[in-house]
Amino acid sequence: MKRREFLRKSAGAGIVTGAAISLGGYNKVWGASTQSNKYDVVAVMGGNPDAMFDLGIQELGGMGTFIKKGQKVLIKPNIGWDVIPDLAANTNPLLVRRIIEHCIRAGAKDVYVFDHTCDNWVNTYRNSGIERAAKAAGARVLPGNTENYYQQIEIPGGVKLKRAKVHQLLLETDVWINVPILKDHNSTRMTACLKNTMGLVWDRGWWHANDLHQCIADYALYEKKPVLNVIDCYNVMVKNGPKGVSKEDVVQMKSQILTTDWVAGDAAAARMLGLEPEKIDYIPIAHKTGLGNMKLESLSIQRIKM
Amino acid sequence: MTSSFLRTFRIVFSAIVLICFLLVFIDFRYRIPEEYINVLVWLQFIPSLLKFIDLGTIAAGGFIAVIILTLLTGRSYCSFLCPLGIGQDLFSRVGGSFRKKFRRYGYKRPHTVIRYSLLAITLIVSIVWGIYLLTLLDPYSIFGRFTSYFIKPGMMLLNNLAAGILSRFDNYTLHHVNIKGWQLISYSVPAAFLILIGTLSFVKGRLYCNMICPVGTLLGLISKVSIFRVKFDEEKCTRCGRCAIVCKSSCIDFLKQDIDYSRCVDCFNCIRICPDKALSYGLVRIGGHKVHETDKTRRKVIAGAILGLAGYGSMAKAQEKTPIPQNATTVREEKTCPVAPPGAGSIEEFNKLCTACSLCITQCPNQVLVPAIMQYGLAGIMQPVMDFHKSFCTFNCTRCTEICPTNALKPLELEAKKLTQLGKVYFIKDNCIVKTEKTACGACSEACPTKAVYMVPYEGNLLIPETNVDICIGCGHCEYACPTVPYKAIYVDGNLVHVAAEKPVIKEAEISAPEEFPF
Repeated sequence: MKRREFLRKSAGAGIVTGAAISLGGYNKVWGASTQSNKYDVVAVMGGNPDAMFDLGIQELGGMGTFIKKGQKVLIKPNIGWDVIPDLAANTNPLLVRRIIEHCIRAGAKDVYVFDHTCDNWVNTYRNSGIERAAKAAGARVLPGNTENYYQQIEIPGGVKLKRAKVHQLLLETDVWINVPILKDHNSTRMTACLKNTMGLVWDRGWWHANDLHQCIADYALYEKKPVLNVIDCYNVMVKNGPKGVSKEDVVQMKSQILTTDWVAGDAAAARMLGLEPEKIDYIPIAHKTGLGNMKLESLSIQRIKM
Repeated sequence: MTSSFLRTFRIVFSAIVLICFLLVFIDFRYRIPEEYINVLVWLQFIPSLLKFIDLGTIAAGGFIAVIILTLLTGRSYCSFLCPLGIGQDLFSRVGGSFRKKFRRYGYKRPHTVIRYSLLAITLIVSIVWGIYLLTLLDPYSIFGRFTSYFIKPGMMLLNNLAAGILSRFDNYTLHHVNIKGWQLISYSVPAAFLILIGTLSFVKGRLYCNMICPVGTLLGLISKVSIFRVKFDEEKCTRCGRCAIVCKSSCIDFLKQDIDYSRCVDCFNCIRICPDKALSYGLVRIGGHKVHETDKTRRKVIAGAILGLAGYGSMAKAQEKTPIPQNATTVREEKTCPVAPPGAGSIEEFNKLCTACSLCITQCPNQVLVPAIMQYGLAGIMQPVMDFHKSFCTFNCTRCTEICPTNALKPLELEAKKLTQLGKVYFIKDNCIVKTEKTACGACSEACPTKAVYMVPYEGNLLIPETNVDICIGCGHCEYACPTVPYKAIYVDGNLVHVAAEKPVIKEAEISAPEEFPF
């Protein structure tokens, strides 16, 4: 996304929010309500990424439901690839920015953003637009490019993945929010919530070499789970994923899925790509391990069209 | 001009030049724009000469400016513009400060035979055989290697220490950088030269420049007829000899009131020290030149030292650290040709022009370039080569092609670079995780920027890589990402001559946006 376009879209988002505030009152937008979650999954369609998040988080009781005042929050988007936002290989910067703003409004002490990128991290942070968007929203964007930042953790119960080195930010923050972008994936067929955790660890190659699907599901056993998953389905890479080759790989779906159950989130996301969740091996593995519920029909899903 | 201002000017100017060069070669955050780097290296004699020979345009002729400068002012290049020369001045100064009393250089006879033989041999070898000797002896390239091989890792280490300390205080202005070392043998030639030049400058001032450096010798010949020179006022001179004592080039014979202009590097130390203002820098008097005799001492020792340098090849080869293989792969990668950096065009032509200054190596943001050991043969030693086991070439980057001072790497537009095939991908199915472990992987295809590596159905629900070499650009991301050990299941074999890759075929997406939630 070019800077001008970004600014234009940001301004647009601002107007939408402003209108929402004046019409619906402050609390509805920033979600100060304390009601518990009525829904397992909230799916929004038809708006800009930031506006859809405003609505979605409101349905889940506001950001205050997930983070407490004074907490340190880690936002983990997908910033894997050195491409511009329009190519949809990385999480939409507008969405990242909006989530950070909600965290700060909810009283987060510090908000951090990082990813262990696949391409050169400096280029990737810059060209994805996420570094600028996150900093503008008041987050701190930290690198994950060297092993020094990673610390060993144990994963009791892991079948293949019994230990991993995770970024120290994951350990030092109080809560983390998983913000993947839904994409086609050449090998696992789809990437969203669970697969996004590969950017939390240092040695991704090991997962690839030791039963990728099992490792992805195993990692989800680790005790520090995300308090919220926000799947960016605004622009969706439907082929040549996860990096993509051209803009023809991208379909604008203008959707977003918010959930505390990342297995359910991935199952719903798979359907967006026209895939059956059972076909994405790590989803049934995670479901059987009790990490979440892939049976969408048994869940309470709030569907909103803007 | 008798002012001591000249010396101060020289020191300030050269300090700025040295700092600029150090910054460019240490720049591990890749913040210095390519244009600045190009301005800085434009005046470097050998790179500019090579670029001129290759391109034939005056715009590439920084060396012509240097020749004109030398005709006008003498060897000021050596004191003002040559980073290796300036670096040696710094060394000499440190060396001098270790002495109990002040250092005395004193007049020495020139090493005429050695320096002119070396110049002649370098010239002949370069024209007839290749630039092997030039690679070894070009002062700019020597400086580049010193800085990027030894100083840069040191600075990176300091950066990491500082970053570690700062991060304890929740400050992340500095970040850790990966220090990717090379095989030990890569360091041998620069290390030998570091010891040689370091020692010579530490104790003998500019002896290296006046005995070995071919650029120094060549400019020395030209400066014999320069218009501006340091000269004696025979009336004022009391033959106190202080000028000779401070002369780093040991070229002032104060008893004869004579200066050897082929060795004088215009440092102006003598002008500053002279209590009688007998030395000045100005227009030459006609007919004031005296003939020098050749020196026949120490030649054997120095010749022996040069021969000794040739013995560097016997150093032990360092073993790369490889992780213990879980399920070791069995099929060896059969690489027939090294992968040269983008812009190299033909490896043969590239080898002829590269002086191994390592500017591209140090400036590569992905650190995929490493100094060649024997990949290009002996003549291509220390020239940049892609190491896809260490890293890969960033799709969106043309930095190395834009900064090469000798034109060994030709500038490439980004769109052209994205279609330049450096090598071709080869898939070894028998090494592949999907076949050996019967589990999903796809790390190679995931990384491929053109989808020259793509996945096709395999047993059950599995997908396995397949390759399309026509659209492969040889960036090496697949080879880097492949998790198998010790041999990769996918690798890039270099192209002897880089060719244009075909554009990936772009198809419209078959899936459309759902109108209702599909769940």
